[in-house]
Amino acid sequence: MIRLCMSLIAITTLAAPPIVIRNANVLTVTKGRFQGSILVRDGKIIEAGPKVMIPEGARVIDADGQYVMPGIIDPHSHIASESTNEGSISVSSMVSMEDVLDPEDIAIYRALAGGVTTVAVMHGSANAIGGQCSVIKLRWGRDAQGLLFDGAPPILKFAMGENPKRRGTPTQIPGVPSAAPRYPATRMGVIDVMRQAFLEAAAYRDSWRQYEAKRQRGEAALPPRRDLKLEPLVELLEGRRLAHVHCYRADEILAVLRLAQEFKFKIAVLIHVLEGYKVAREIAEAGTGASTFTDWWAYKVEAYDAIPYNAALMLRKGVLVSLNSDSAELMRHLNQEAAKAVKYGGLSEDEALALITINAAKQLGIERRVGSIEPGKDADLVVFDKHPLSNYAKVLRVMIDGEFYFDRDRDMSRRAELEARKKALLDRAREREKRQAPSRRRPS
Amino acid sequence: MRNICLVLLITLAAGAPAAGPPSVFAIRGAKVVPVSGPVIEKGTVLIRDGLIQEVGSNVAIPPEAWVIEGEGLRVYPGLIDALSSLGLPEAAAAPAATRAGMRVTQVQPSPTPTPAAESRAAEGPEDRPSNTSWLRAADLITPGDRRLETARSAGFTAAVSFPQRGIFAGQGALIALAGERPGQMVISAPAGLYLTLTTAGFSSFPGSLMGVLAYIRQVYLDAEHYRTAKEFYARNPAGNQRPAYDRALEGVLEAPRVLLPASRAVEIDRMLRFARELKLNAVLYGAHEAHRVAGLLKNSGVPVLVSLKWPERSRDADPEQADSLRLLEFREMAPATPAVLAKEGVRFAFYTEGVTGSREFVRAVRRALEAGLSPEAALRAFTLAAAEIYGVADRLGSLEKGKIANLIVTDGELFEEKTRVKYVFIDGRKYEPLPEAPPEEGAGPQPSGEVLR
Repeated sequence: MIRLCMSLIAITTLAAPPIVIRNANVLTVTKGRFQGSILVRDGKIIEAGPKVMIPEGARVIDADGQYVMPGIIDPHSHIASESTNEGSISVSSMVSMEDVLDPEDIAIYRALAGGVTTVAVMHGSANAIGGQCSVIKLRWGRDAQGLLFDGAPPILKFAMGENPKRRGTPTQIPGVPSAAPRYPATRMGVIDVMRQAFLEAAAYRDSWRQYEAKRQRGEAALPPRRDLKLEPLVELLEGRRLAHVHCYRADEILAVLRLAQEFKFKIAVLIHVLEGYKVAREIAEAGTGASTFTDWWAYKVEAYDAIPYNAALMLRKGVLVSLNSDSAELMRHLNQEAAKAVKYGGLSEDEALALITINAAKQLGIERRVGSIEPGKDADLVVFDKHPLSNYAKVLRVMIDGEFYFDRDRDMSRRAELEARKKALLDRAREREKRQAPSRRRPS
Repeated sequence: MRNICLVLLITLAAGAPAAGPPSVFAIRGAKVVPVSGPVIEKGTVLIRDGLIQEVGSNVAIPPEAWVIEGEGLRVYPGLIDALSSLGLPEAAAAPAATRAGMRVTQVQPSPTPTPAAESRAAEGPEDRPSNTSWLRAADLITPGDRRLETARSAGFTAAVSFPQRGIFAGQGALIALAGERPGQMVISAPAGLYLTLTTAGFSSFPGSLMGVLAYIRQVYLDAEHYRTAKEFYARNPAGNQRPAYDRALEGVLEAPRVLLPASRAVEIDRMLRFARELKLNAVLYGAHEAHRVAGLLKNSGVPVLVSLKWPERSRDADPEQADSLRLLEFREMAPATPAVLAKEGVRFAFYTEGVTGSREFVRAVRRALEAGLSPEAALRAFTLAAAEIYGVADRLGSLEKGKIANLIVTDGELFEEKTRVKYVFIDGRKYEPLPEAPPEEGAGPQPSGEVLR
């Protein structure tokens, strides 16, 4: 009896009241669009449909015809981290974005205000094999661990082309000391660095297998040295880690697909992939995803042969396509980027929204948790005042795991208070400065 | 005058003792603040041969003692600077610069020995870049360091000094701030390994914060493997190759504790997790935003060294550039950290980060007092708490019978601006503070670099 009481108390204190968002235009992405309600409880979507029973004690939010879509997922960004590139070496797979997450980066809040709820925080593209990346939810206000997307498969970043080879041929400016050149200096060198790393990783895996065998035979053996650079590569070879490859040109897309075939692993996502439309069939056949921009290009030589139809053309060839931001600014209007794919390439509304939700979720291996409005999925929802594919749509509220992390009205109402606080602090600091300033006596 | 006569009489009566400074002192009738126990309103402290022989209100003064009349004076344990480069003038870090919110210590050419690997770019953790963990402060002490006298004049009698260049900078030593020979100054060594998160940019590994962390992680894995390999070889030398000697790992294995930098709340959270993952006996230093994560620190049991160099807007900052609310709050709240830590029961000590001039030192402490820290807690953080963190509370940090005779005599409350330090005793020897220097143009604590984005 006591135990029963205890558990009752536990339930009543722990469980937040269920939330019902009703009278909304719901864009589920995977199950079409309807006018109705969404019931959220314990961080999950319990029910979504035209008619949903409102449980007792539920907090009811009347959306009054506003649009609700699944939280936007950005599969490639560099926010919320205190470093981006370990550019000193060509294989830096030992570094991890998780070590340097910055939960206080204001870009998190700004992305939230653009309807983004899940982000892959990526290593940069300065070297052939970059670092380990982190998938996070934008739970603004939590600590670094509180951001992590539990259960998201780990990622390793690769980069092709100009960025990784640039440091091989540093610009020599007379009088300015420049760093020593770093191998590779060519595109073939980039592939060679990757191949060499995979061969090393395979040998490393074998050394552990030999050690285990010896141990099982009861022989005295010294365990091999653990190598944090090679461990992620072994995980990749064993299918326990996803490869994300930064690339632009069709020839190097094919080159890296061949490399994956050679070492028998699957590349999860080709990133940027501006010339993907030229080799879409090959990408589809490899079962590899592609994450691109709609109309951002020409920022370097390898990024010139680009067209706004890239996403649509690849999609029509059967490639799993998403859009990414790679930028804290672009991230704030990914819904508009998706809308451009309706204009260029004639995608349907659902196809366009899928580019920034369910397709990105599939590429990150988290589609069972997020990416659409379906019962059982995480309650990551965005309320727009107008259709999110409209230029005029504004984000009103953002919910992650059933909790609101952004509320436009609350934001606006807090601004005066924050300004006042800032002014008070500035005044105090000035006063302190004055008090501590040394007396400026003139020499007599 | 009367004192001198008395002393002369005593000296004559004792029958001309051997040459050299006196070794027995009695401070009589002073307000004694032992830190480890209640304040004695009219007490006597007896010092003999470098140790505290007796502390109490009723202490018999032997005839050979030099007597200091303590009427109106106060006696405190000597202050400890819990992280410094005192006594290591050449191993001191260059001024801290900042980049991307992270403290970056610039490496400049110095007579400090650097490993050969530094001369070329490091290509990975195997090259052991920025690793001089085998450097020992105890071997590098320079009694002639001019800063010792400044620190003594502010009331410091001991410091924990570390080599401070590079990532694995080296082993610290707890030293007395006076002595004729370096060996006499060392109280305890090694005191711990000093780590920084210095990056080398794109030219050499590690070039980023995450690279530094990955590097440190690999070094600790390597140290563990090195230990295993040496033990394995000791058991089975025949038929096995000997493990190569690695001085960088020897230093890592030798360190009784590790000092990790963490100033902002995010950094403290990060370093606590890092220390737990690597099973380090960690001490965090910096800690200006520890007031936001005091509960976290309390639960971790990890002690904290709080820098007295409170963050301020840099004097040459662009006056047009507006500071963010976060940055303003960071500066405003930093001096409240010690009070919050004391309330929460987190073990902490202070370090001056160069704020040792007596005026600027007291002014910096007063900011913490104004933010709610009690003078008793402040005193503890400069004495017994530092001794506890470094495991030497049995010999230093309070006025107790048998402890090292490091103490100071002042003419008022220690942390009052008008109070002057009258005498400093280190290992039982009396030093007089430097005469008060006139306030210099531009005096006062140099604001530390911005540590926030």
